[in-house]
Amino acid sequence: MIIYIPTPLRPYADGRDEFEVDAATITEALAGLTQAHPDLRKHLFTAEGGVRAFVNLYLNDADVRYLPEKLASKVSSTDTLSIIPSIAGGCSPGLAVQAGAASPHDIEANEHGYQNEK
Amino acid sequence: MTTSTEPTTLPELTTDDLSRYSRHLILPEVGMEGQRRLKAARVLCVGTGGLGSPLALYLAAAGIGTLGLVDFDVVDASNLQRQIIHSTKDIGRKKLDSAEEKLKALNPALNVVKHDTMLSSANALDILKDYDIVADGTDNFPTRYLVNDACVLLGKPNVYGSIFRFEGQASVFATEAGPCYRCLYPEPPPPGLVPSCAEGGVLGILPGLVGVIQATEAIKLILGKGQTLVGRLLLVDALNMRFRELKLRKNPECPVCGPNPTVTKLIDYQQFCGIVPETKEEKNVKNGIPQLSVKELKQRMDAGQDVQLIDVREPYEYQIAQIGGKLIPQNEVPNRLAEIDRNREVVVHCRSGARSQRIAEYLKQAGYPEVVNLAGGILAWSDEIDPKVQKY
Repeated sequence: MIIYIPTPLRPYADGRDEFEVDAATITEALAGLTQAHPDLRKHLFTAEGGVRAFVNLYLNDADVRYLPEKLASKVSSTDTLSIIPSIAGGCSPGLAVQAGAASPHDIEANEHGYQNEK
Repeated sequence: MTTSTEPTTLPELTTDDLSRYSRHLILPEVGMEGQRRLKAARVLCVGTGGLGSPLALYLAAAGIGTLGLVDFDVVDASNLQRQIIHSTKDIGRKKLDSAEEKLKALNPALNVVKHDTMLSSANALDILKDYDIVADGTDNFPTRYLVNDACVLLGKPNVYGSIFRFEGQASVFATEAGPCYRCLYPEPPPPGLVPSCAEGGVLGILPGLVGVIQATEAIKLILGKGQTLVGRLLLVDALNMRFRELKLRKNPECPVCGPNPTVTKLIDYQQFCGIVPETKEEKNVKNGIPQLSVKELKQRMDAGQDVQLIDVREPYEYQIAQIGGKLIPQNEVPNRLAEIDRNREVVVHCRSGARSQRIAEYLKQAGYPEVVNLAGGILAWSDEIDPKVQKY
């Protein structure tokens, strides 16, 4: 299957915009992706291994959160998995809020992922 | 949804209107009634930047009766690559004044309402309540969540557009039937994870593409025609010129639009997005990294100190402007640590001071005992030390 990598995450995936992987489930596909590009791991997963809450995953056009089997959903070679990031740009710098740098602490503060959703 | 219910209460079209909008009037989907609906409509554009420019221009051209604009910024030369409502002669002028002039030149019958302010929890409900539709062309997460929540609380549709580099998103949120922005993004990303356009860049045409999609959706909502993007997220990939769409679902547990909302009034969106106001101490030390001002750096250089200055920007930025740092692009730093002497103080710099802060934190974690960040980067250097250093 093909995994689409969004622009903000491409620096952690050698600049690639998509990644082809053989996998039986979404979990396996993501494992393949992060094995090839380990830097992506901390951007997609919490320390406990759940998907970060601000990362949206879509199997074809459907939100993985609402699939009956969620990350364990079966996938085939013709499926696509999209990682949909939050982007905020509208490019009127006057409205910009100067965001502080991301520290490991900031990232740890968002430790809610799919694992918490039943 | 349509914004004005009874055709009898809609404003009449003048003779000028009939000739100006003739190409609309012969469209069965618009016609006389539709054009009168457009004339009665009140749309608020939050931001008159990249997205707001094409959005406001097309809505004005289409015959929208009242267009509200929210902005407090002035036109900068670096805006003109994409903010086509402003011209070179407008540099330094208030964006609201510049935008109003262009919109009124295009359509003198248009009623422009200028809101010269930053949208906040204190004023958002008051500003938004007078409009039928809100078009979100902002550029930061706190305002995105603020606009969303205010739209949900007031029951106004939120025509959403967002861009980054070559990638855009568009949807229509906060209608009764559809999901809201929080259904899609329950939580914001940690500050700094997603760079701003000022930091990450954006293809100038992209806000044109996405802003025009927003204008199209606003007009369809007013006419009550066609299929809007309610419940769909349109993804635009300008580099590969691919459009895709995803299905959005209303989150039954959405804290603002769900059946049991926990957010029933506007909150502190800076705090929600993890943005903490800077204290005086933090100005000098941020996340454990001392902040060096450009003036201090200049003094040290003038005093003949051999400063280990590392420039973590990209090579194409280095070509535009540089202040004598050694170029190691941020992503190459982990593999090029051998080139940075850990027995000396390291001063890291970039364009604005944001990327270099992250790299300084990284170096500190990697065991460098003395790492400082050049606050304000190239921009501050150009402003305070040497205007010949090109800002970009």
